Amino acid sequence: MGFWHNQLTGPTDPARDAGWEDEQPRKGFFTDTSICIGCKACEVACKEWNALPQDGDLDLLGSSYDNTGSLGASTWRHVAFIEQSGDRIEEARESGRKLVDLGMPAIGAPVTPSGNGTDTAFATAQATAARELGTLPDFRWLMSSDVCKHCTHAACLDVCPTGALFRTEFGTVVVQDDVCNGCGYCVAACPFGVIERRDGDDTVKNVGVAQKCTLCYDRIGHDQTPACAQACPTTSIKFGDLDEMQAQAQERVAALHDNGFTEARVYGGNEHDGVGGTGSVFLLLDEPEVYGLPPDPVVTTADLPDMYRKAGMAAVAMLVMAAGAFVGGRK
Amino acid sequence: MQDLANADCIIIQGSNMAECHPVGYQWVTEARLKGAKVIHIDPRFTRTSATADKHVPIRAGSDVVFLGALINHILANDLYFKEYVVAYTNAATIVGNEFKDTEDLDGLFSGYDEELGNYDPSSWAYATEGEGPDASPGTIGGPAAGHEHGHSKSERSAGDEHGSGGPALEHARVKRDETLQDPHTVFQILKRHYARYTPEMVADVCGVSVDDFHYVARALTENSGRDRTSAFCYAVGWTQHTLGAQFIRTAAIIQLLLGNMGRPGGGIMALRGHASIQGSTDIPTLYNILPGYLAMPMVGNHDTWDDYVAAIANKAQKGFWANADAYAVSLLKAWWGDAATKENNWAYDYLPRLSGAHGTYQTTMAMKDGEVEGYFLLGQNPAVGSAHGRMQRLALAELKWLVVRDLNMIESATFWKDAPEIATGELETEKIGTEVFFLPPASHVEKAGSFTQTQRLLQWRHKAVNPPGDCQSELGFFFELGKRIRERLADSDDPRDRPLLDLTWDYPLNEDGEISGEAVLQEINGRHLSGERAGELADMYTDLKADGSTSSGCWIYSGVYAKGVNRAANRKPGREQSPVAQEWGWAWPDNRRILYNRASADPEGKPWSERKKYVWWDEENQTWTGLDTPDFVKTTAPSYRPEPGTGGPAGLAGDDPFVMMADGKGWLFAPKGMLDGPLPTHYEPQESPVQNPLYRQQSNPARRVFPRKDNLWSPSGTAPGSEVYPFVFTTYRLTEHHTAGGMSRWLPYLAELQPEFFCEVSPELAEERGLVNGGWATIVSARSAIEARVLVTERMTPLVISGRTLHQVGLPYHWGVGKEALVSGDSANDLLGVALDPNVQIQESKAGSCDIQPGRRPEGEALLRLVHEYQSRAGVTVETSNQLKTTEDGT
Repeated sequence: MGFWHNQLTGPTDPARDAGWEDEQPRKGFFTDTSICIGCKACEVACKEWNALPQDGDLDLLGSSYDNTGSLGASTWRHVAFIEQSGDRIEEARESGRKLVDLGMPAIGAPVTPSGNGTDTAFATAQATAARELGTLPDFRWLMSSDVCKHCTHAACLDVCPTGALFRTEFGTVVVQDDVCNGCGYCVAACPFGVIERRDGDDTVKNVGVAQKCTLCYDRIGHDQTPACAQACPTTSIKFGDLDEMQAQAQERVAALHDNGFTEARVYGGNEHDGVGGTGSVFLLLDEPEVYGLPPDPVVTTADLPDMYRKAGMAAVAMLVMAAGAFVGGRK
Repeated sequence: MQDLANADCIIIQGSNMAECHPVGYQWVTEARLKGAKVIHIDPRFTRTSATADKHVPIRAGSDVVFLGALINHILANDLYFKEYVVAYTNAATIVGNEFKDTEDLDGLFSGYDEELGNYDPSSWAYATEGEGPDASPGTIGGPAAGHEHGHSKSERSAGDEHGSGGPALEHARVKRDETLQDPHTVFQILKRHYARYTPEMVADVCGVSVDDFHYVARALTENSGRDRTSAFCYAVGWTQHTLGAQFIRTAAIIQLLLGNMGRPGGGIMALRGHASIQGSTDIPTLYNILPGYLAMPMVGNHDTWDDYVAAIANKAQKGFWANADAYAVSLLKAWWGDAATKENNWAYDYLPRLSGAHGTYQTTMAMKDGEVEGYFLLGQNPAVGSAHGRMQRLALAELKWLVVRDLNMIESATFWKDAPEIATGELETEKIGTEVFFLPPASHVEKAGSFTQTQRLLQWRHKAVNPPGDCQSELGFFFELGKRIRERLADSDDPRDRPLLDLTWDYPLNEDGEISGEAVLQEINGRHLSGERAGELADMYTDLKADGSTSSGCWIYSGVYAKGVNRAANRKPGREQSPVAQEWGWAWPDNRRILYNRASADPEGKPWSERKKYVWWDEENQTWTGLDTPDFVKTTAPSYRPEPGTGGPAGLAGDDPFVMMADGKGWLFAPKGMLDGPLPTHYEPQESPVQNPLYRQQSNPARRVFPRKDNLWSPSGTAPGSEVYPFVFTTYRLTEHHTAGGMSRWLPYLAELQPEFFCEVSPELAEERGLVNGGWATIVSARSAIEARVLVTERMTPLVISGRTLHQVGLPYHWGVGKEALVSGDSANDLLGVALDPNVQIQESKAGSCDIQPGRRPEGEALLRLVHEYQSRAGVTVETSNQLKTTEDGT
């Protein structure tokens, strides 16, 4: 059963599991939302590089400055805009502080002792000082660029019946447009709601095909930075070896905590979480739900071994019973 | 710009830097990551506010009160950098006793000419040592130093000449009191002028709480001094006002008082809006200046070459402007080559003469009045992007011919069929006589050339692909146009054709058969024409001579091609060189990254502190040295004192860091140069629902107004009818679009990000007027009415001004009415009228008065009726708000 465990839950090296013998260091993003300026250069650069068609009907959504709504078949980077007033900011700071109290400055990822970042008393004192100085704002505008998580245990890939989705040597997950048959199993399977089949008329390419971020597979194979990270003017989107990205995220959270911003936390990247860790790590300034992210994502295929085991046991039991019936009949 | 990363505090005011300059904002982000405090002062909470330490909401157009109160705070609490202020600014200089302040004259300075509506600035002059005219040693006389009347200076928009230094002074015999105690010192005048600019006044006029004011004051002063520096960033949120130049002057005074000029992490960053807008003032597309900020000759003032030279370059004035004759002769040699000779005064008479103001708005009005036959539009979409869109479109319809060179079929090219005025019946397609030529241009990746960006940095852009079909670069187009005109005139013996026929128009073609941009940049750089170095490129502007032996198309760019190397194309990555990064691109002048950097050292030439060291005096080698090119005469020791009366660079004392100023000092008080006062003073915008609480004078008495039936204004302040337009509106850009949308509304990637025109209102205003998020609103000004989708957001804050709640409405201006773009909509600029700053002729587009109502606007003729109904309810006439001087009864 060890083989199944490695495949579907818990820590593992997904590229090696996928059979790559010359796998590369696992690549990923660290998206630091605390320095995102919401310019959407990532959305545009992504669309240009990947030649994605127009998304939606050019309507104003009335949802702050967000007019693309969410990640989808034709939007592979999406910037969320969240307007918050003072009471919510205080709650965010408080919930972050509780994570610190629990020894978890980050959702999921293990605690790394780094300076004062995990010093509860210090962080609390800083937060209090910040409030007294009036630096706890009465309003804030959060911006966050979302992207495919390139999960360690990627449900989309696990359920794909055609092999259109595959694991690359960089540990990322990519759709092969010409293999996908449009069955849509992956759409229902993704715990983040990232992958989607494309709609459109015959002027649009890949209609009906499942589409999502490739982590610029066609760039990183040539030592190029993915288009979104390349375009980001403030280095809010960073790209590199995943372990380095995780380390940077932890460091940045610690630095923000040192300055009293206890609301900062890491999202993704914990290999013990429901998807075995993500290839895209985020620094958030509030709870994940605020950004439209699931707080506790679980790969939909996590229960498969158990299900198979139970199904197998049931089958064996049935066989035994059936055999028993014959045995009994002879009597 | 990169130097912002060295700041300890950055105040962004009059700019939405993160949204409008996202690439430059990386340096603010870097400063912040290093611990700098970033404060955003703006009417709206924007993406800049979201990433700043603090946002301070302010009423649009009230910035001089806020900044003036900072000056008062700094002076009253002795927080200024004393050594710097005494040695490097004109704080100690004594002003003549004819000068009268706005505090004495209820909002006017001495010298106001009621008839012409401008100042005669002679009473603002420095006091002189001794008596009599300018004959004695130590004077710098001549016509240059005379006091040109403000009216004439405004007509030629003379303020732009100071893009590279200050104006000439009438004499050098200035009196100084370094104890700063004499009541006529600039320092004491400054103190008195701003004494009433208190935190309480800020609360009352700007709507900024006293606590917020103190937060900013503390952050700024605690982060200035020997060890720390603070920077200001501004953009068109400061410039686009009827006293825009004075907004920036106020910040300059603060930065001089705090010792933040000429030092790393200090200064005032002017953020310019397009890739090469700085370039288009250096090598101007403006009517009033020649390349390198040389004045355009004006009828009556500069009739002869001698008049002109005397006006631009006085040999007795200190600093590098004293050599302006060399720059002017070299320019004329670059343009007219061998045809420019000493005998014909270097072809000076080939230059046209200005007869008055010919800015873009004067031209538009002349066009509308049938006085302009033809018009070229390149990279501009005035039907959407310029103030008073309706006037712009009606004016285009009066032309005989119009050439539009644009990537897309913009609204300025389709006005004859799609303009909103067709729907209202004001225009009929069949009756418009304008012949429109639409020509396809090459895009920025399809042509090579240089951009000069916001920090004076020239960067070479290589061509990536050839332009498709008939598309052509601007350079190619004008080269070809010039060739064809010259061919047509080839046989002419009319003297008026000589300037065209004598032009040097012999540029080589490159391997693609296109005119070589490198050859043009070399011409701009300049050459030695005769002598030992004949044929060689100039090394820098100090090579240029007034004897016709050199040429240069723009003296401040001299050196960009020194030794035959295109330095604009330098691309050494930052990590491979020093933090000043002088091997990336080339900055004018002389590849200097921080201007006036002599001020980064103390009067003895030592860095003010180890942390902020930049340029210093090397005693051993008797030279200035440091991390950047020193902005000083290299061998002038700190202790050097010139003989009285010495002009030019040798006239600069060792502690005169402001090398382009006539007295070598930073000007807290501007005895010349500013047309609307030597000190910034608060006036209300041309139209404002607020009465000026500081003076009887309501608005800038020297502003430029155009009382016309097609340019009406709402009543201001407490005048009857002002309540009809009770709200303030302000216009701006979004990251997702480019100005009037010509480069963004046609692209699905960008159009989908901000697909529709919207207005931003506070929940309180939405409640008051019944506006619903996602619904529609109609916004009405004294000029027009437009409709927009509604975004209700806490990012807009109602302000309490003089005890009354004041709402502001935010309007991005990217959309226009047409059928060609992917997304279209009403244009915010249709609400604006035309009133200008007197110094630089820029329009006031950042503050106006409006009403807002729920629902869509009426269509057709009913739209005009709605606008007229508002006008008559408010009692608007051509005279309304157009009196320059506010009279006894407050009008």
